[in-house]
Amino acid sequence: MSARWRLVLGLMLVVASMAPLLPLGLWSVARGWYFPQILPATWTLEPWARALSPRSDIPEAFVTTTAIALAAAALSLVLGIPAGRALGLYRFRGKALVELALLAPVIVPGIAVGLGIHGVFLRLGLTNSALGVVLVHLVPTLPYVVFVMSGVFANYDAAAEAQARSLGARPLQVLWHVMLPAIAPGVAVAGLFAFLVSWSQYILTLTIGGGRVVTLPLLLYAQAGAGRNDQAGVLAVLSLAPGLVILALVARRITGRGVMIGGAG
Amino acid sequence: MAGSATSAIEVIGRGHPWLSLAPALCVIAVLFGGGLVLGLAGSFGMGRGGAGVDAWIAVLSEGRVWRSLGLSLWIAFASTALACLIGLGAALLLRRRFPGQGLARLLFQINLTIPHAVGALGILWLLSQSGFVSRLSAGAGLIDGPAGFPALTQDRFAIGIIAHYVWKEVPFIGLILLANMQSLGDDPESAARSLGASPFAAMRLVLLPLLMPALIRAGAIVFAFSFGAWEVPVLLGQSAPVALPVLAWQRFTDPDLATRPEAMAIAMLIALVAALLIRVAMVRR
Repeated sequence: MSARWRLVLGLMLVVASMAPLLPLGLWSVARGWYFPQILPATWTLEPWARALSPRSDIPEAFVTTTAIALAAAALSLVLGIPAGRALGLYRFRGKALVELALLAPVIVPGIAVGLGIHGVFLRLGLTNSALGVVLVHLVPTLPYVVFVMSGVFANYDAAAEAQARSLGARPLQVLWHVMLPAIAPGVAVAGLFAFLVSWSQYILTLTIGGGRVVTLPLLLYAQAGAGRNDQAGVLAVLSLAPGLVILALVARRITGRGVMIGGAG
Repeated sequence: MAGSATSAIEVIGRGHPWLSLAPALCVIAVLFGGGLVLGLAGSFGMGRGGAGVDAWIAVLSEGRVWRSLGLSLWIAFASTALACLIGLGAALLLRRRFPGQGLARLLFQINLTIPHAVGALGILWLLSQSGFVSRLSAGAGLIDGPAGFPALTQDRFAIGIIAHYVWKEVPFIGLILLANMQSLGDDPESAARSLGASPFAAMRLVLLPLLMPALIRAGAIVFAFSFGAWEVPVLLGQSAPVALPVLAWQRFTDPDLATRPEAMAIAMLIALVAALLIRVAMVRR
């Protein structure tokens, strides 16, 4: 295939990828954009002003979504780094079974377990609370972090730890000065994408949050359903933002393995 | 890996891997395992004063459930097949150098990060009868009004839903295949070419079989997701029949609490399909 054809096909691919984002962006700066207008007749920042005004519930939802995603990502890292280390460095009986147990939450759809988890959390008093939502978000985020970190540790030279120990470093010093610098880039990627996976959740948030914990995706559907397309457009653009920032930060680090686990969710 | 694994065991052999795994496994066991067990128990009516198979009989004998199952399977099959096919084409395209390749790759990655709810709304506003493409058609004089544009969203064939999944998952499949192609290198294909194979034959008979394991695993993830996601069909699907996850949610939120066991039974049906997928595509043989 000639270079020109590649360029044309590549262009088509990019246009198709970007096309659904166009009406979202346009609605966020339009007033009364009706058929058959191809572009809005009136361009305005009014939807943004209204969305960010004190009477809007969007700023609060933004803070809630961010806080939940930060907490879910942090918890996933705390639990997932040791597990990833075990899977990446050791061979042991039952390892394949462990990997399968961690893969299952990635494959089994949220609604299939969410309704049952609602029962668990009802007994624990965790429904309708942000804490419950953070915990339920671990179902998709934790396996993701474990798999990314196991890939990181598979390429980690643990012999350096022994050398540091033989030179007199204490175990905690080894963790801090030897292991952490070596795995830091992987931790960053795992954490950022765990944040993104939590940020994007809908049905688990709705099931456990019961509509009391209002995140951006929930508001997005509420506004679109109410026909307030300008507010839905603003919400859509806001929801896109962290993903674009994170992609810009880690574009070169996206590998098949990381994509494999996190991309579909 | 073997070398570093051996030395690692010698070096830090004091701790046991199960100790490091325990916290993560406990969380998954309680949340995921607990969710499945309670869902299963709930589908048999346990926890509300009796146990029985009433909900299962009701669900399995209801035509609406089977129509929803059929619809969800159609969505999953069509989305997975198209995403794999176009994803493979995109990977083959993006692996060779051409002007703007770097930018194309970057833009290609963007919709991996887009929440499904956002993408689904974008597809709705793009493809609906008063959407962006319809307006472009009207501007070009192809149609007179919204009714002249074909129903691509909330339609009988779930075109809008499938369009969303294909749009979202082509980069997912494509990037996994690209990563695999990079680690394979050019050697297998060059060898086939030097033995007289045509470029197409080298691709079909040498490269494709090498990519197949990765493609099957990635395809299984796409299938499971497009089969079981709720936010996409709820926005882009028609009101009857609804996709199976939407039906489960309707039963779960029904004011009549008696339908809850049915919701759980439908949720277990969805989990069962996912379990079959894991068995077929994921377990190493």
